[in-house]
Amino acid sequence: MDEGSDRPVTAPLVRFEGVTRRFDDQAAVDAVSLDIAEGEFFALLGPSGCGKTTLMRLLAGFEAPDAGRILLAGEDIAGLPPHRRPVHMMFQSYALFPHLSVAKNIAFGLRQRKMVGDEVAARVDEMLALVRLEGLGGRRPDQLSGGQQQRVALARAIAPKPKILLLDEPMAALDRKLREETQLELMALQRRLGMTFMIVTHDQDEAMVVADRMAVMRAGKIEQIGPPREVYDHPVNRYVAGFIGETNLFPQGEAWRAVRPEAMTLSETPHSGALAAQVAEIAYFGDRTRYVVKANGQTLLISRANVGPPLGVAVGDKVWVSHPLDAGVTVSA
Amino acid sequence: MKRAWLAALAPYLWLAVFFAFPFLLVAKLSLSHTVLAMPPYAPRLDLSQGQAGIRAFVHQLSFETYARMATDRLYVSAFLSSLSFAGVATAILLIVGYPIAYGMSRFGLGARQGLLLAVILPFWTSFLIRIYAWIAILKPAGLLNQALAWLHIAPLNLLNTPAAVILGLVYAYLPFMVLPLFAVLEKQDESLIEAARDLGCTATGAFWKVTFPLSLPGVAAGALLCFIPMVGEFVIPDLLGGSHTLMLGRTIWTEFFADRDWPAASAVAIVLLATLAIPIALFQRQQAKVLS
Repeated sequence: MDEGSDRPVTAPLVRFEGVTRRFDDQAAVDAVSLDIAEGEFFALLGPSGCGKTTLMRLLAGFEAPDAGRILLAGEDIAGLPPHRRPVHMMFQSYALFPHLSVAKNIAFGLRQRKMVGDEVAARVDEMLALVRLEGLGGRRPDQLSGGQQQRVALARAIAPKPKILLLDEPMAALDRKLREETQLELMALQRRLGMTFMIVTHDQDEAMVVADRMAVMRAGKIEQIGPPREVYDHPVNRYVAGFIGETNLFPQGEAWRAVRPEAMTLSETPHSGALAAQVAEIAYFGDRTRYVVKANGQTLLISRANVGPPLGVAVGDKVWVSHPLDAGVTVSA
Repeated sequence: MKRAWLAALAPYLWLAVFFAFPFLLVAKLSLSHTVLAMPPYAPRLDLSQGQAGIRAFVHQLSFETYARMATDRLYVSAFLSSLSFAGVATAILLIVGYPIAYGMSRFGLGARQGLLLAVILPFWTSFLIRIYAWIAILKPAGLLNQALAWLHIAPLNLLNTPAAVILGLVYAYLPFMVLPLFAVLEKQDESLIEAARDLGCTATGAFWKVTFPLSLPGVAAGALLCFIPMVGEFVIPDLLGGSHTLMLGRTIWTEFFADRDWPAASAVAIVLLATLAIPIALFQRQQAKVLS
């Protein structure tokens, strides 16, 4: 990967320098270096236990690094406890204070910053409008729907104007439709506020939709950093190729050729260079159809856009699969 | 069908036999007057005379004992001193019990189980023996004064003082304060504290703004669970407080056994129950709220 692509042009707002955090001799975060630019929407992506949440908690101040430095706006924040960091977090469980009204939840961080009554009230109203909860300031958190609670948590973290907003799996508790809407809202909100957002998620689609850049993590290390498109089109290794979207891997000497399902073609008739296969599964998604086929004992995925006449293929049928010679990328094991 | 009906009735039957009936007996006794006889009160219900007997019986009942209690300083001060002993002990229990429960709730699951066992462990020995042990500690030549003498500190005369009663109450009721507090503190979501810290609270600030207000149901449950039985406590003031400590439990005992004034003893018991009905009702409401 080209060294320039993971380094933003302006001086970074956040810089992790060789940061390590161990739990019982196990490195949850292992010598991670990472820059996040001002105004960026950055995603930390990886399966559970990959260290993405620990990395976020290191920035919030809930964990201290065993090695390395964390810089915020050029300053080492190692000695700062969580309450003195201009960094706010939206918790996965939302962590709304059940004994306080919605308005008091949002005002919590403002009051800690010694903001006075009128200013607090004005900022709370502004925040309620921002997350479309006007008139609900007097409610208790348990009187709100899950989606409304999520927006209160967001408003509460944004209200004191943090330098960077941390979002820990912010949409994990929402149903799919609401999640997709919220992703778009979150992007619009981030653009409008010009605030730096860092999201932790295990959902690759979510990371690709919202993020300007993303870091794919595995076992405490960052495997690849880059804009979603670049990571998707040019995964650096087999792991990233498999984690970001689906992929078909063909052996190529010491390395592998990774070809996305949508780059594969499926035919009912044999042609040169095509692999004979048998259809194992057909899933219809409306806009596309997904075929699972077996060829020489290998399982391959083919995604076919549903335009033009449909293929007359059924489960068990013999088919021929192929991909253009220039399709896909070579990845290391 | 019939069995379900019986099952629904069972708790009421239990209450009728073990609560309502004894309560009515005591209420009736409190409206009687003393006589030199066996049993030492009158009137007695003579059912052999039928309706006339009942009418004569009801006619002789009076609130005279209650009137006497209201004017007799001894009863009034026993009543007030019981409330203040229980009140002071409850306050100390909160101050002592809260840090214990809080500390326990911060430990890992395994350590928490062990600590919980340690809180319950005293119940494995007789309550009476444990209070007698305090006599051995507090008496003039007891363990406490031996230790003080060894440290060259002037001895303390604690036994048979109000301080000894408070000490005994706090000691005996501590688990009843710690357990409900622990129950609410243990359930508390750690991320709430982190959210408070994240939004600018110091560790102390987060405790007072989040942990403590959210533990108030436990505070209320613990305080009422201790206060209610302590007001009527008999054994601890009797053994540790000496003869001059006035508490309602002791007053009932004295009236009943020493003075053979059964109506007075019953009237004190009824007044005690009526007074405690208020905190008991509060406790019930609190529990209902916690459960909902």
